[in-house]
Amino acid sequence: MSVTGITETVQYLTFKLSDEVFALDVAKVREILEITSITKVPQTPDFMRGVINLRGSVVPVIDMRLKFGMSATEQTVNTCIIVVEINMDGDTTVLGALADSVQEVVEMEPESIEAAPHIGTKLNTDFIKGMGKVDSRFVMILDIDRVFSSDELSDLGQ
Amino acid sequence: MMEEAIATYREEASELLAELETSLLDLEETPDDNDLINRVFRAMHTIKGSGAMFGFDEIASFTHEVETVFDMVRNGKMTVTKRLLDLTLKSRDHISYLLSCPLGEAVDRSDGDEIIAGLRQLVPQIELPQKGSTEVPAINLPAVSEDELANESTWRIRFRPASNILMCGTSPISLINELRGLGTAHVVAQFDEIPPLDEIVGENCYIYWDIILTTTRGQDAIKDVFIFVEDDCEIKIELIDKSGLIDKEEGYKKLGDILVERGDLSPVEMQKVLMLQKRFGELLVEQGIVSPEKVQSALIEQQHVKSVRKERSEAPQQEAAASIRVPAERLDQLINLVGEMVTVQAHLSQVSMAGGDATFIAISEEVERLTNELRDTALNIRMLPIGSTFSKFKRLVRDLSSELGKEIEMETFGAETELDKTVIEKLNDPLVHIIRNSIDHGIEMPEARKAAGKTSHGTVYLGAEHSGDSVLVTIRDDGAGLDRDRIRAKAVERGLISATAEVSDREIYAQIFAPGFSTAEKVTSVSGRGVGMDVVKRGIDGLRGSIGVDSTRGSGTTITLKIPLTLAIIDSLLVKIGKDHFVLPLASVEECIELTREDVNNSHGRNLANVRGAIIPYIPLRQHFLMADQRPEIEQIVIADIHGTKVGFVVDHVVGEHQTVIKSLGKMYRDVKGVSGATILGDGTVALILDMGVLLHSIEKLEHAAV
Repeated sequence: MSVTGITETVQYLTFKLSDEVFALDVAKVREILEITSITKVPQTPDFMRGVINLRGSVVPVIDMRLKFGMSATEQTVNTCIIVVEINMDGDTTVLGALADSVQEVVEMEPESIEAAPHIGTKLNTDFIKGMGKVDSRFVMILDIDRVFSSDELSDLGQ
Repeated sequence: MMEEAIATYREEASELLAELETSLLDLEETPDDNDLINRVFRAMHTIKGSGAMFGFDEIASFTHEVETVFDMVRNGKMTVTKRLLDLTLKSRDHISYLLSCPLGEAVDRSDGDEIIAGLRQLVPQIELPQKGSTEVPAINLPAVSEDELANESTWRIRFRPASNILMCGTSPISLINELRGLGTAHVVAQFDEIPPLDEIVGENCYIYWDIILTTTRGQDAIKDVFIFVEDDCEIKIELIDKSGLIDKEEGYKKLGDILVERGDLSPVEMQKVLMLQKRFGELLVEQGIVSPEKVQSALIEQQHVKSVRKERSEAPQQEAAASIRVPAERLDQLINLVGEMVTVQAHLSQVSMAGGDATFIAISEEVERLTNELRDTALNIRMLPIGSTFSKFKRLVRDLSSELGKEIEMETFGAETELDKTVIEKLNDPLVHIIRNSIDHGIEMPEARKAAGKTSHGTVYLGAEHSGDSVLVTIRDDGAGLDRDRIRAKAVERGLISATAEVSDREIYAQIFAPGFSTAEKVTSVSGRGVGMDVVKRGIDGLRGSIGVDSTRGSGTTITLKIPLTLAIIDSLLVKIGKDHFVLPLASVEECIELTREDVNNSHGRNLANVRGAIIPYIPLRQHFLMADQRPEIEQIVIADIHGTKVGFVVDHVVGEHQTVIKSLGKMYRDVKGVSGATILGDGTVALILDMGVLLHSIEKLEHAAV
């Protein structure tokens, strides 16, 4: 589908924020961690939860719920950190995204994915690559590079 | 294999080019220093020699031309002039360009031809050998740089070609010349096998050679020379002197011993001759035991080894420099591993202290001691003298000043000061900008200088010195100095400072580092766009360093960069606020004192502490970081010295000293003020490293805005 720019069948990792299901290209996901202690960096916006120690490297963690205008993530047994590799200004950066729970890995055909509607998603449509369907539920496929583009982050970092 | 060799050649050649540049610039100051001329010559010779070997024919033939000119300088047929140095420096750039070109591809020769033409003009009276000629100069200089002296050795080679060698198409002369290319060689031809005239076959070769060769290249390189003829010829290669061996004997072996060793004379014969107390060599010849050529050859060996040893003892400082070349990535890997080890060790001591088992604690302390040593050693490996970059700046000053029509000299000091390799690399850009600025804005035109009662040539000083955990890099010029009022006016105009504010000179001067700030009325090719000093600021911030500016109108400006020794691991103070840990670099911490609730109540809301009679302002970090929980009854003030100002930072609890392995916070947090990085504590949690200077600055700004 030319509308979404998705032409190949890819695997997606689905996860929940609140009650909504989102999806990420599996190729972007490095690993999934249980929630550990996060060190807050002072004077940063709330959605930037802080940094964690990922086997010796310091990795920033973003609260996706806050980023998408929901209430802050509350810690439960299912809360986890999805470690993604994103492309930021041409460099590959590793960061963690807090999610309420991780669901499964699904395969979606390009035909089953539609462009995101301009209204009604309650989200900035720039962040959404398309809407897929899994088990008759809508799944929002995120353009993770955009969500974490440096403009997005530093805008709020001021 | 070949690619590896080419890469090594490129690397070596760039080092030689750097050495060449330094020597040339030094030569400009002392034009008749023979050592320098020889150094220049040797560097070029090595570049040429190895260049030809690895197929860099352009480099070899170009360098050959330049080298020929320097050979004349070396032999006193020419004097060093500014024009010659200009051209030679240009040749250096050209060689560097040729070096960067991929092998086998066409290169732009116009620059090179121009340089050669220029060089030839300098020596019109003497005919230069034609381009491409590979004739070896009569006296061959050692094609080794001085640090290589340490592993050079001397070989005795007897090369007795098969009599039909000429018919096989091999020229013994070219083989000998190839040997000469390896190092210092003395060649003696032996004629005793030439038969009586009527027996001579014209095509045959009856001569054989004794060659004494001093080289760093080892036996294999020598064998390679003879690789195509070794089956037909008699080749004897013997090691006769090695620099690795301690030179115990005063001189070299006696003449007789050499001949005996070679098998040209039997010990009995030697004894017999020794009985007659005449000059030994003459005696041998007189007696007809040994031919005059053989004696000659042995004498030459004696002298050769003597002179090589003499040279070696004259350069004792280089002798011990046994070094190995290691790729930088491997060192980085080592540092990373040491970093991880330091983290694990911190955990270990934490656990051992908690356990309280005396043996366990003892072991843990031992590990701590070793880790500290390992850390220091590992970090030391990456230390390089800063002087390596100084020569680059000399060149910059030389080129820029002639471009601008100013007379500027550069003086350097503290070139031996050592800094982490990555720090030195990152210092390069800021230094370039500062020096450019000094030359363009700082130092006046010669006439203006004379009018101001100064010498017509200006001087830029560049120096480095150690100061505790840091290195101070100073750039000073004796130019016009900064125009305080103009900078102030410009800063007010741009809204950087308010028109009425009382600001210190230091603060005003600091404005020159603001992005886009420039008081220059016109933009020159060198500077004036206001970009440079911003680059300096960013560069130095990136190194966790600081900049100080001092200037006196009319007599010059001094810029001091304070740079931490290393970027990898620092000593620091671990503190706690609430449940979060923070790390303060220990270098600027002076002392820790208590702050009780009572003190706070007595200070009427002012953040001032009375420390032994001195009033010290403090920053309550808990409030500054907007951390929610209640402050404890007794807090701690960590007093730090920031650019000469004493400031306290209030924390809940001081945990103690901590070795901090610095980790970057990454791009996402690059705009956060006051936090310069993060580190991982023994228990696996992350602690933030605070940049006290930046913290203080941002608070000062906040308070100024509030007033």
